[in-house]
Amino acid sequence: MTAMVKAEGVHKSFGAVQVLKGIDLEVAPREVFCLVGPSGSGKSTFLRCINHLEKINAGRLYVDGELVGYRQHGDKLYELRDSEVALKRRDIGMVFQRFNLFPHMTALENVMEAPVQVKKEARSAARARAERLLDRVGLSDKAGNYPSQLSGGQQQRVAIARALAMEPKLMLFDEPTSALDPELVGDVLDVMRDLAADGMTMIVVTHEMGFAREVGDALVFMDDGVVVESGHPRDVLGRPSHERTKAFLSKVL
Amino acid sequence: MSVDINNKAEPADSVPAPPEAIRAVPVKHYGRYVSGVIAVAVLVLIIYAFSQGKVNWGAIPDFFFDGRVLGGVGKTLLLTVLAMLMGVVLGVVLSVMRLSKNPVTSSISWFYIWFFRGTPVYVQLLVWFNLGLVFEYINLGPIYKDYWSSFMTPFLTALLGLGLNEAAYMAEICRAGLLSVDEGQTEASQALGMSHGKTLWRIVIPQAMRVIVPPTGNEVINMLKTTSLVSAVQYSELLRVAQDIGQTSGAAAEMLFLAAAWYLILTTVFSVGQFYLERYYARGSSRSLPPTPWQKVKANVLSLSNRSGGGAAA
Repeated sequence: MTAMVKAEGVHKSFGAVQVLKGIDLEVAPREVFCLVGPSGSGKSTFLRCINHLEKINAGRLYVDGELVGYRQHGDKLYELRDSEVALKRRDIGMVFQRFNLFPHMTALENVMEAPVQVKKEARSAARARAERLLDRVGLSDKAGNYPSQLSGGQQQRVAIARALAMEPKLMLFDEPTSALDPELVGDVLDVMRDLAADGMTMIVVTHEMGFAREVGDALVFMDDGVVVESGHPRDVLGRPSHERTKAFLSKVL
Repeated sequence: MSVDINNKAEPADSVPAPPEAIRAVPVKHYGRYVSGVIAVAVLVLIIYAFSQGKVNWGAIPDFFFDGRVLGGVGKTLLLTVLAMLMGVVLGVVLSVMRLSKNPVTSSISWFYIWFFRGTPVYVQLLVWFNLGLVFEYINLGPIYKDYWSSFMTPFLTALLGLGLNEAAYMAEICRAGLLSVDEGQTEASQALGMSHGKTLWRIVIPQAMRVIVPPTGNEVINMLKTTSLVSAVQYSELLRVAQDIGQTSGAAAEMLFLAAAWYLILTTVFSVGQFYLERYYARGSSRSLPPTPWQKVKANVLSLSNRSGGGAAA
């Protein structure tokens, strides 16, 4: 079985600052893969490389067996056109820390937007799916609300529904609960748990160790642009073998 | 963010007894009365001074709805709308070009703005008028061929002069609007697989409009007044017509007042339109839309009658 995501020596730098210093990892299909680590460790950057929101400087990154952002002929790499990159992004859903819902559209319109505009789906079909998805995240009664009329937790659940509307094979979560009030975190995690149970492949950058331990199939601890430790969440979180991991976990657990 | 805004206050009948409302003697604002009286007095003095001047005020109503004046108003409006339309469309294109990653298009846009913003619009109008010195003919192959001087009618000169100049200013306004939209919006849209064009058209521009509309309203009003410059290229808009009538009827100053009144009426109408346009683009950005003037009046009247009603009861 091909890995859903495979990274080989991925490097990324912003100017002189090296953010990723050689990441190697593999995410299997249907796996919930958690990325944890202190802020500035490069986890979010790595996540953004997967759907080519950031270009990597060295190494290779594959999604579903295909190179991200490039095409290889022989030993030469060719940059993909923007339209080709966009085509690949259809299959990768992304959920942001700050939700990034479209504020000028209602919740329903947010969810319908990509299927109608990108997949050219009929509005009636897109509407039906959007209603189903909003129902799934528990917000069928908020379909007509604008994002500014929703709480943070509700906005994030709409954002998840919006990503699911494109029927992705991979979902990326970039600290989906970090901008939420503690009491609203649970609703969002419930939706993610439900997704995981459905067999969605998920890469989750998170500080929710409870979620990682309970739902995660694999966990990577990153620090300063490198993978320090990886394994099953139970092992890494329960019996960390590296000092840095121990130091970090003692602060967040 | 944590407040559940849909949690409505409990219905009034379930509340046992509302607390007694405060009734206090309001602060007396004497300054407001004094300044009000002074302002009215100054206004009366000014009106008196003008009424005593050697101005034949009667001539203004005589010509206010004169066919020539109305024609001039129509042409001023037509020119304003078309030049603005040209400015907005070209301005959006230029701002997108300016922000594009393509170095050629962004340089072209930079150069355009540099040139058209760097020279006075009056000079540009005159240059368009005299471009026949450079291009003797206009030749579009089999479609169209004519002398430049007969092709460049006063109307076309005025439209190109004003519209192309406006585009440079609109480009900067639009650029500010596009830059004001959070980068997360572009990322979210791209992550959904939307193309650059779709992202711009569906996501970024609608949000940029909130920033673009107010200064654009300003530009429309400016444009309306700037059209008075095109009398220089023989286009008979409002000011030119007013001046012509003034010369033949011997009421030159009166006709200027007449033109001023018309400009004021038109700018007022545009301002009202701007208000509703801003209101439209504010949807989704705030929890409730600002009230329309009519709603404000209704609310004020209502609160006034409540207050007097309460006063009478007390």
